[in-house]
Amino acid sequence: MDTAHSWDEAAVESIALSLRDKPGALMLILRRVQDTIGWVPPDSVPVIAKILNLSRAEVHGVVTFYHDFRHAPPGKNVIKVCRAESCQSMGAVALAEHVKKSLSCDFGQTSPDGTFTLDAVYCFGNCACSPAVMVNGKLLGRVTPKSFDEVIGKTAAGR
Amino acid sequence: MSTIIYIPRDSSAVSMGADDVANAFNREAQRLGVELRIVRNGSRGLYWLEPMVEVETPVGRIAYGPVHPEDAASFFKPEFLLSGEHRLRLGPTEEIPYLKNQERLTFARVGITDPVSLDDYLAHGGYRGLDRALSMSGAQIVEEVTTSGLRGRGGAGFPAGIKWKTTLGIEAKQKYVVCNADEGDSGTFSDRMIMEGDPLVLIEGMTIAAIVVGATDGYIYLRSEYPDAFITLNEALDAARRGGYLGGNIRGSGKSFDIEVYVGAGAYICGEETAMLESLEGKRGMVRFKPPLPAIAGLFGQPTIINNVITLASVPIILERGGAFYKDYGMGRSRGTIPIQLAGNVKRPGLIEKAFGVTLRDIIYEYGGGTASGRPVRAVQVGGPLGAYFPESMLDVAMDYEAIVAKGGILGHGGIVVFDDTVDLAQQARYAMEFCAIESCGKCTPCRIGSTRGVEVIDRIIATRGAEKSASVELLRDLCDTMTAGSLCALGGLTPLPVMSALRFFPGDFGLSSNNE
Repeated sequence: MDTAHSWDEAAVESIALSLRDKPGALMLILRRVQDTIGWVPPDSVPVIAKILNLSRAEVHGVVTFYHDFRHAPPGKNVIKVCRAESCQSMGAVALAEHVKKSLSCDFGQTSPDGTFTLDAVYCFGNCACSPAVMVNGKLLGRVTPKSFDEVIGKTAAGR
Repeated sequence: MSTIIYIPRDSSAVSMGADDVANAFNREAQRLGVELRIVRNGSRGLYWLEPMVEVETPVGRIAYGPVHPEDAASFFKPEFLLSGEHRLRLGPTEEIPYLKNQERLTFARVGITDPVSLDDYLAHGGYRGLDRALSMSGAQIVEEVTTSGLRGRGGAGFPAGIKWKTTLGIEAKQKYVVCNADEGDSGTFSDRMIMEGDPLVLIEGMTIAAIVVGATDGYIYLRSEYPDAFITLNEALDAARRGGYLGGNIRGSGKSFDIEVYVGAGAYICGEETAMLESLEGKRGMVRFKPPLPAIAGLFGQPTIINNVITLASVPIILERGGAFYKDYGMGRSRGTIPIQLAGNVKRPGLIEKAFGVTLRDIIYEYGGGTASGRPVRAVQVGGPLGAYFPESMLDVAMDYEAIVAKGGILGHGGIVVFDDTVDLAQQARYAMEFCAIESCGKCTPCRIGSTRGVEVIDRIIATRGAEKSASVELLRDLCDTMTAGSLCALGGLTPLPVMSALRFFPGDFGLSSNNE
C-alpha cells in the first residue's frame, strides 16, 4: 500500500480524543481524519465509535451518508468535475466524457495506475465561469478538453 | 506614494487566473522597483471580465479586463502610466452599465473593500447597523426587520421577522444562530461572493440576530466545495474578534456572541434547514419532521434562528437605514433587492443585484447579452436544480416570488441558468431525477425510490413509441404527483418541477407531439 495513505490507529485515536467534547464531534472527527490522511479507513470506524460511545453502525451510517468521505485511499491527484446544470449548458457532459477517457477512469474511481481519482461534484459556485473543474484543490473556470489536457499534462509531470 | 491596484481573491476570478495575474504584477513591480500595493478584493461580479484589475487614480478606480499574467508588464510602461490608455481599459468601474444599472444594497461593499479588513469595513459604513441595534430592544429590532419585508433568500421566502419573533418569544438557557451557507444550487454563487467578498457583513447580520434572541453561539454551515470562503470567513472572524465585534462584551454592551465555521461534507440535502441541523449535530443529514419548528426546537433541541447568507447579510443595511428604506425597493410581497446570479450559456454572466420586479428577459438580454454561443436562447432554468425550465416565450415574467410561482416555477435562491438551442430537455429532466436519486437523504420513499424509478421511466419515454410511450408519460405524471405530495422537504417535493416543466414546454424533446395531453 502507498505509505502516504496508510493509516495508523494512533493518529485517528488522537484526532478523536482531541475533538470528542465538541458539539457535533463525529462530523468534525471524520472531516479531520479525511483531511489528515486523505480517506476514512473502515477500520477507523470502531476506534471512533468507542471514543464517542456510539455504536459502530452509527459511525458507519454517517461515514457513508456524505459524498466527501472516501472509503479507499485516493490516487496521487484528485480531479473533480462539476456535473450540474450551469456547467452542462456550457459543455460539461462532453467534457466529462473526455476527462473519463483521458484519465482512464469513471466518476468515483481511481485510474488503474493510481495517478488520478475522478470525482463528480454538483456545483463549485463557479457557474459564471462554466464549466468548472478542480485539480488538486485548484479551481479552474471555462475549461475545454484542450485546456484540461494541458493542465493534466503539467500535473502528471509533477509541475 | 504607492499605487493601489485591486485584483480579486474571489474564487471564480482565481479560477480564471487572478492569482497568477497578481503574482505577475508583483514580480514586475519588484523588477522595476515600483511601489505597488495590491489589494485582493471581492469580485464586482462582472465575470466575463475576470480577472478584472482596477487601478486607483485621482478620478476614481479604473477597470481593465480580462487581464492575463502576460499583460502585467504593459501596465508599467510609460505610455500607460501617462494616459491610463490600454487596450483592456473598461473605464471607471462604477460607470460600467452592467454595474451602474444595479441597486446594490446587500452587495454595496463587495469588490470595493478588502474583504478581511475591519478598518475598510468600518470606513465603508460597516457595523452602523449593529451600533444602532445595540441601542434597541430585541422587539424593536424584530419590528424593523418585519417592516423591511425581508424574506428568506435561501429559496423558501419565509418572512425573516416572523422567524426571529418566534425565537425571541421563547424562554431558553441556550439559543443559537445558524447561517445556512450550503449554497448547493447550480447557477448560484451569491453566498460565496459575500463570504469571499464582504464576510463581515454576514458576521454583522448574525451578530444582530444573536442580540435579538440572546444567542451566544453561532454557526456558519459552509459547504465543503467552498474552501476559499472558509479562509476569508475565518480571517474576517479573527478581525471582528480583535476589534471587539465578537466575543465577550461586544462593543461594551455586556452581550456575548461568537461564530464558528462548520464545514459540510458534500451533501446537497444539508442545505435543507433541518438536515443541516442534524449534520451540525454530527449525524447523517436526514430531514426532520416539522413541527417542531427550528425556531422553537432547533440545534441540539434549542430555539434556533436559521437564515441563508444573503438574508443575514441584508440585515445590517436594514438596521442602518431602517426597514422602510429597504421596503421601498421591490414589488408586491417581494420587498427589497435580490442578488440575481446569471449563469450558464450567457455572454455576460455575473451578479446582478436589483429590486424585485426586473424581468427575466431584461436580465438575460440587457445584462447578459444573450447566449455565449451566439445561438438562440431555448430554455432557462430559474431557482436551481429544483426550479422549472421556462421556454424563451415566457421570459417576460418578473423576478418576484409570487410571479414566478404563478408561472409554475420557483425563484429559489435567485439563480438563472441559460441554455441555447442545443439543449435536450428530456436529458435535463432525466438529470433532475438522477440528481434527486444521488442526493436524497432517504427518509421519504417517494423521493428515495421515486427518483430512481423516475430516471427509468424517462428513459422509457425517450426509447419507446405509441401506447408504451403514452403509458410511461402517464406513469411519470403519477410519480411526480406522488413525489410532490409525499415528500417532507423540497428535494423530493420540487424535483417534479424541472421534470414536468420540461415535459410541458418541450414535449418534442421527449418525442411527443405538442398536444401530448
